[in-house]
Parts: sequence; structure tokens; C-alpha cells
Amino acid sequence: MAVAVPGAATPKKQKGRPGSGIPARLSIRILVWVRRVSQAGFLGLFLYFLFQTGFRGSFASAETAVRLPLPVEGFLLADPFVAAMTLLSTHTIYRGLVWSIGLLALTLVVGRVFCGWICPFGTLHHFFGWIFPSRYLRGNKRVESNKTAPGRQRVKYYLLYAFLAASLMGSVIGGLFDPICVAVRAIGLAVIPAVQYVTGVASTLSGATGMRPVQGAADSAQDFLAQTVWQSKQFYFHHTWFIGILFVAILFMNRIIPRFWCRVLCPLGAFLGVFARFALFGMEKDHAKCTDCNLCLVNCQGADSPQGGVKWRQDECHMCMNCENACPEDVIKFKFLPNRKSALTVPDTGRRTAIATAAAGAVMIPAARIADVIDANYDHKVIRPPGSVEEREFLERCIRCAECMKVCPNNALHPAFFEAGIEGIWTPILIPRIGYCEHSCVLCGQVCPTGAIQKITEEQKMGIGQKPVSIGTAFYDQGRCLPWGMATPCIVCEEFCPTSPKAIWVEEVDIPKRLPIAGDNGKEPEMTTVHVQRPHVDPSLCIGCGACEKVCPVQDKPAVYVTNVGESRSKTNVILLEDTNYNRPG
Amino acid sequence: MRDLSRRELLQRVGAAGIVLGGAAAVARLRYDPGLVSAAASKERPQTRDYRLREAPAELAQLAVAKNDPEPEALVRKAVEALGGMKRFISRGDIVVVKPNIGWDRTPIQAANTNPRVVAEVVKLAFDAGAKRVVVTDASCNEPGRCFQRSGIWKATYDVGAEVVLPAAHRFRGMRLKGEVLDEWPVYTPLINADKVINVPVAKHHNLSRYTAAMKNWYGSLGGRRNRLHQNIDVSIADLATFMQPTLTIVDGFRVLMRNGPQGGNVADAKEMRTVIASVDQVAADAYGCQLIGRTAEEIPYIRMAHERGLGTMQWKDLRWVEV
Ligand code: SF4
Ligand code: SF4
Ligand code: SF4
Repeated sequence: MAVAVPGAATPKKQKGRPGSGIPARLSIRILVWVRRVSQAGFLGLFLYFLFQTGFRGSFASAETAVRLPLPVEGFLLADPFVAAMTLLSTHTIYRGLVWSIGLLALTLVVGRVFCGWICPFGTLHHFFGWIFPSRYLRGNKRVESNKTAPGRQRVKYYLLYAFLAASLMGSVIGGLFDPICVAVRAIGLAVIPAVQYVTGVASTLSGATGMRPVQGAADSAQDFLAQTVWQSKQFYFHHTWFIGILFVAILFMNRIIPRFWCRVLCPLGAFLGVFARFALFGMEKDHAKCTDCNLCLVNCQGADSPQGGVKWRQDECHMCMNCENACPEDVIKFKFLPNRKSALTVPDTGRRTAIATAAAGAVMIPAARIADVIDANYDHKVIRPPGSVEEREFLERCIRCAECMKVCPNNALHPAFFEAGIEGIWTPILIPRIGYCEHSCVLCGQVCPTGAIQKITEEQKMGIGQKPVSIGTAFYDQGRCLPWGMATPCIVCEEFCPTSPKAIWVEEVDIPKRLPIAGDNGKEPEMTTVHVQRPHVDPSLCIGCGACEKVCPVQDKPAVYVTNVGESRSKTNVILLEDTNYNRPG
Repeated sequence: MRDLSRRELLQRVGAAGIVLGGAAAVARLRYDPGLVSAAASKERPQTRDYRLREAPAELAQLAVAKNDPEPEALVRKAVEALGGMKRFISRGDIVVVKPNIGWDRTPIQAANTNPRVVAEVVKLAFDAGAKRVVVTDASCNEPGRCFQRSGIWKATYDVGAEVVLPAAHRFRGMRLKGEVLDEWPVYTPLINADKVINVPVAKHHNLSRYTAAMKNWYGSLGGRRNRLHQNIDVSIADLATFMQPTLTIVDGFRVLMRNGPQGGNVADAKEMRTVIASVDQVAADAYGCQLIGRTAEEIPYIRMAHERGLGTMQWKDLRWVEV
């Protein structure tokens, strides 16, 4: 078998080459290597940013504001699909998203270079298609699977049009399919915690061996990983199994169709494909010289018809240059300002289907909203991170990239499942029982690339000289609360309440309590009097951080819990008259 | 059908027999009759007593330094009055310094031990010949934030201490066999040391009224320690039974007078410019509670610790000095 390894077609053994065996131009051979280095580098950078999306403490002085030193959300800021969606939904480009113009400019010069050279998710697929090809991906079958399959490759354009239309209707649900979002979400919320869990088990086992050196080595390894890859405590994410399974399934598809994701599903690829038609750099083919050896197809990443005799599909090409590198006959030439005789530059999507899918995308949003979740029966569990904008605008902005969930130092933020409705799947919600919102923390707003969570300051959040940001209100379940229902001292909730004055105040009472032992001769147990402090919430001071709910010792269903009512971002979801002000700006 | 050869027959029967025998052996070895009675363990309770044996009659047992605008000077004076750090630390010791780094608060809010006090203790320990000084605590709020914003991380790192943040693998289940604390995950950096110096901060606590030295050992536990509040006094006494430090240095430089233990408002704290050093953690608390206007009799855990013989609440009976 000639070459079964895409991206590794080395021109070193000339005699193995069929045909005239002309080696590729030196510049192309070098470029292919530069591409590999670039792919590895950007994947590494992406993972490094992901690992740094968290707070591990620092030597800064006590008064320094806690911020991440790196632009860890950088890949999302450079993502023009994200910028386009939010532009359509909010009619603005939020802060760092202007960087995406750079990527657009790059595409206008050299086509979908992002897909072949930069995209970390694409690189993962490239890599998996290379190391785990199935027996269906050898020789001729590989050639077949790398031929353009217009039917399935159109899907991504339809998805793109549907998502852009949905954005226009006020929901950037397309983030579900944005490759950077998928990668952050799946690796950040499923892969990293799972690997951490496994190492935790391994380190417990090594502790159980009782051998000091083994234990010591395991502890140092844990320390190192906790400082570099994850945090010192295990994170858990709501329903993350689903995110993990989808990720594995998409990676698995590479065994059958190489880069299935990039060719079939990726709306960012489609977006760049639409603009690739303007690219100044591209391929020219000399059909006459082609001997149908198919070496180009063996190595093709984009399934964009590099072989002679058919037209090159510029919108599908990832610009990996494997084809020219592999071609033994001088058929394929990448150059600036090529003639377009042998190329198709525009996506070949049917106009009717394109319109129909766009319409479907536009209709989807009202259809999702006539379900009861936004206007009529807003779920009390949808506690949004501090600094979030009002729910409708939130849905216009949140691309479900999971940056906020990854960065939250307390594991408080989680991908919603159906709590926020089908439209809100994987948007962030706060689950206080798993983690509460740390009083002085504003990190989620710092990393949010779209402004769904605004970049608030500590002063705004804690309410220094102003009203603090509230994300909900705490309520007591007096039947379960120890001082209220069981005449037992407790008030851990009050201890953890971070506001000053505390939103939880206690009432000192002496109340009867039955002794937990039967009286003499089977009589009723004796009664006694105990002194307890009964907690109360002051709704005008409560900020809904959930610290009380997190620490309540009533283990299964806490005796104090937070719901989203009273959140500062809403003018309607309020309890107190004083907070109801429809004339308030913003 | 072909007849089985004798050999094949034996092989097959033998293989089946081995599997059955193996299953039976596993069942016999690992048989669980259920309802194993939790046999009361005969183990002695685990304790960590780091106190010095000898107590020379000429040296004070409780020293209170007052009225110096520099917290470092207060620490130095108080320790000097007890006979100097050399008395407590030998050359080559591994010393663990346990401040209160419980809350995501800055030094001015006085919810954690003052970083300057902790750093001075670290310096004194190094000057007395300590090989390594470890500064650590198991925080209530997110540890990274508590360590940074308390200022203790930077202050002690700058003077050469090893700052250890809590992590899951650093807790190990131990039998404390206290009255309410039976078996709990204990924070191992605190129990693998030659000497332990407790450096709590004196402050108001809404449930136990006043907390400093003994309550600081909450920071040696993992698990869901929120349950301890149901019997907070006994659990503090249990912890004090488990952990007896070499030396206790109570930071009373700024004292949280209300809204304890977290505070949050600068106005909740009052500058009192006091540092208490003692070899008796019960006496240190008995003296310290006066800072917020309490007496030892009002605070049940101090009385319990006194009754258990862990120290004395009659601090005036000790040799004490004010400097
Ligand atoms: S709210 Fe969270 S998931 Fe949504 S866009 Fe912002 S960072 Fe990403
Ligand atoms: S502000 Fe709250 S929700 Fe946001 S990252 Fe910090 S702790 Fe998490
Ligand atoms: S922590 Fe829970 S049980 Fe305890 S007082 Fe608060 S609500 Fe009641």
C-alpha cells in the first residue's frame, strides 16, 4: 500500500513514487512542515489557555484585583462566526471580538487556512484520523472517502444559514456547533475532570500501598498537575456525560470519514468557506498531466477534489497543501492569483434548500419560546452568573463556550441541560449545592467573550458605594432547618454569609426540645428547653451567592436554598417593591 | 456425532472444575454475612501533642505584648517574654505555622491572621534554626483566593516559608475518638511536623461568641465540617484535645468585634495592638476573649477544655507578664 498516512506523505523515497515521480517544489515541502508545526503550536496554545482558565492563587499582594494574566478566551475572540452571530443578534461587536476581523482578513488572502493550520479542533480531527484509521480507511477506500461528497458536505452550510437566521431572531444558539466552543466545552468540562478523577483514584490507590516513596511520588504528581492542568479540587459538571459522549462520537467519526466534523458539520468552516471565494491565493491544476494515481486524494483533508479532471472546490479546501506535496506529476500548483479555470469558488448549496434551512433556523427561536420557559414559567433554577445581562439579551449573547464554567474557581457554574429551555441548553447556570459564587470574584465576566456576562469590577459586584449585584435570593425551608425544625444549634449559613451587614440575621430563642431517650417505664421522653439562634433572610441584603446553600449541613436537600428571584439583571423577576422600577435605565 | 476422546473429556471436565473451584474459593474467602457489627475499635485515640516537656520555673507561660504600632514588634516582645523562640525550636526542626487563612478577606478586615504577624513568626522560627517552615491552613472560602487576599501567601513566601495550599490528597482519615469527633479526614501537613505554632486571629464568632486558638484547629479538618456547628463547643474541645501546639501566638492587632467570623466591613474591626503568646492554648483563649469584652466563663468550650485538663482558664494562676 502506497501511503496510508495523511499528512505524513514524505517525498523522500523517490523510487516509491508512481508516475514520473517529480518531487514537489521545495517551498511546498517546507510549507507542509510549517503547517504541521503551526497545527501543533496552536493546539498546544489552545490547551495551555484552557489549562490557565482557572484561578490558582498568586503572589500578588492582598489588594491586587484577581484577574487572569492571559487572554485565555483568545481563540473565541478571533472567531468570526461568533462575531457574526452576535453582530446579527445584538447589532454590535463586543470588545475583543474585533480580533475576528484578523481571521477574516487572513481568509480573504489565503482561504480556509484557519481550518488546516490553526483550528485546534480541526487539528484534533486531523490527528485522530491519522492515528486511528479503521480498515475502511486504507487504500482505495481512503481515496473514496476523501472524494468530495456534495450531499453531506452541504450540511454545514445549511447549519450556518440556520444559525445565522436564528441569531437574527435573537438567539446565538449556533454556539452549540462552533468548533472552539465545542472544544472548550468538551475538553474543559468533560475530558479534564475525567482525567483528574482517574488520577485521583490512582493517587488514592498509591496511598493505600503504604509505601512512602510511592505515596510521595503520587502526591508530587498531584501537586504538579493541580498547579498546571487542573485545580486542587475535583470539579464536577452537571450532565457533562452528554457533552463527553458527543465529543467521543465526533472523534470516532474520523475512523469512517476523515475530518467528518470539519467537512460536514462545522459552521465556522462553512463561514470561512463562504469568504474563501475572495481569496487571493489558491490552486491551479494542469488536468492533462494527471495520471489518476490518486495520491493527492489519499492525503486530502478537506475533500475538495484536488485531483485532475475535476474542479477544485475552493470553499472546501483547508489549504493543507498535502495534495501538491504528494502529486508526482506537477498537476497541482498553489499560487497567488491563480486562474480560476480549474476551480469552483462558491459553495454549491441549492438556493431553495439554503433559504428553507435559514427559515427553519429563524422559526426555531419563536417555536422554542412559545414553550413556557421564558415568559410564563421561568425556571427558578436558572441562576445566571453575576454580571449577566437580562435573559433575552443573554440568549442574544451566550454562545455556550463554557469559558465561564471552566474559570469559576468554586465549580459553581454548570452547563444547563433543559432548565433554561431547549434554547438555553449548555448556557451557564449556578448550582449552589456544588459551588457558591465567591464574594469578591468576577472572573466569569472577565473571560466571557461576548458580554453575556459583563466585565464588572469587585466594587460593582460587592456593592462598595453602590447596590451590589444580586443573582437571586435565599429561602429557608423551616421544616428542615435545624434550629427551626429540630431545636438544634447550627447557623453555618449565617457564618458563611459574606455581606456586611449579613443578609442572614438570627433570632435568639429558647424553645422546648424532647430528649431523644424514652422516659422511665416507657413514659413519654422528658422535655427540656434549649437556646438556639434561628436564621432569617433579609431579602434586601441577600445577593443570592449561594454560600448558605452550599454549606448547610442538611445534606441531601438543603434547608436554605437560592432561586433566581431578585436578580439585579431583571426588572420583572423581583420580590420587593423597592426593586421594581420599570423606568430604571438599562 | 463423534465420540469424545478420553483426553478431551478430561480436559473439558477439568476446565469446568477449575472455574467452579475458583468461584467457590472466591466466595469462601470473600463471604460477607452482612450486618457486621461495628466493633468498637480498641485503638487509642490519635492525638498530636507538640508541647515542650520542661517548663523552667523562671520563664513566663503567658505573655501579652501591647501598644506597639508595629505588629512585628509585638510578636517579638511576646515571644521574648516566654524565653525566646530558641526555647521552642531546635536546630533542623520542621516547623508548621498554622495561621487562620479561612476567608477571602483582606488584612484590614481582620478575618484572617495579620500577614505581618505570621511573617514575623516565620522569621523567628528560621532565626531559631528551623530547617523548613511550612505555612498552611484548610480554608473555608476558595483557598487560592484566601491565601492571596489574606496577604499571608506573599508575606510568608517572601521570608522563605513553604506555603502549602489544601488539596484533596492532603487529607487522611484518622480516629480522633473525641466526644463528637470520631473519625475525620485530617489535614496531613499539620500532623507531619516536629513543632507546630498556632497563629490564630482573635475575633468575634456569632455562634461560639469568641474564637482564636482552639477554634483554629477547625482548619486541620477536611470533610463536611459544617456539621460540627451542631455541637460546636464540644467539637472545639475535641479538636484541642487532638492538637496541642508547641506555642500559641494570638494575633490581636486588629480584632473583629462583630459580624464574625467573616466580617467584611472595615468598621467591624478595631485596632487593639495586642499579641498574646502562650504555651497553654486554653489560657490564651481565656485571656483573649477579654479583647471583645467576654469572660472565659461565658464561653463553654473554654470551660470544657479546662475541665478536660488541656490547660487552665484561670490564666492569672499562670506565670504571666505584660510587656
Ligand atoms: S456566558 Fe459563559 S458560556 Fe456563555 S458566552 Fe459567556 S463565557 Fe461563554
Ligand atoms: S463570580 Fe462567582 S460564578 Fe463567576 S467565576 Fe467567580 S465564583 Fe464563579
Ligand atoms: S445551615 Fe442549614 S440547617 Fe443550619 S441554620 Fe442554616 S439553613 Fe438551618
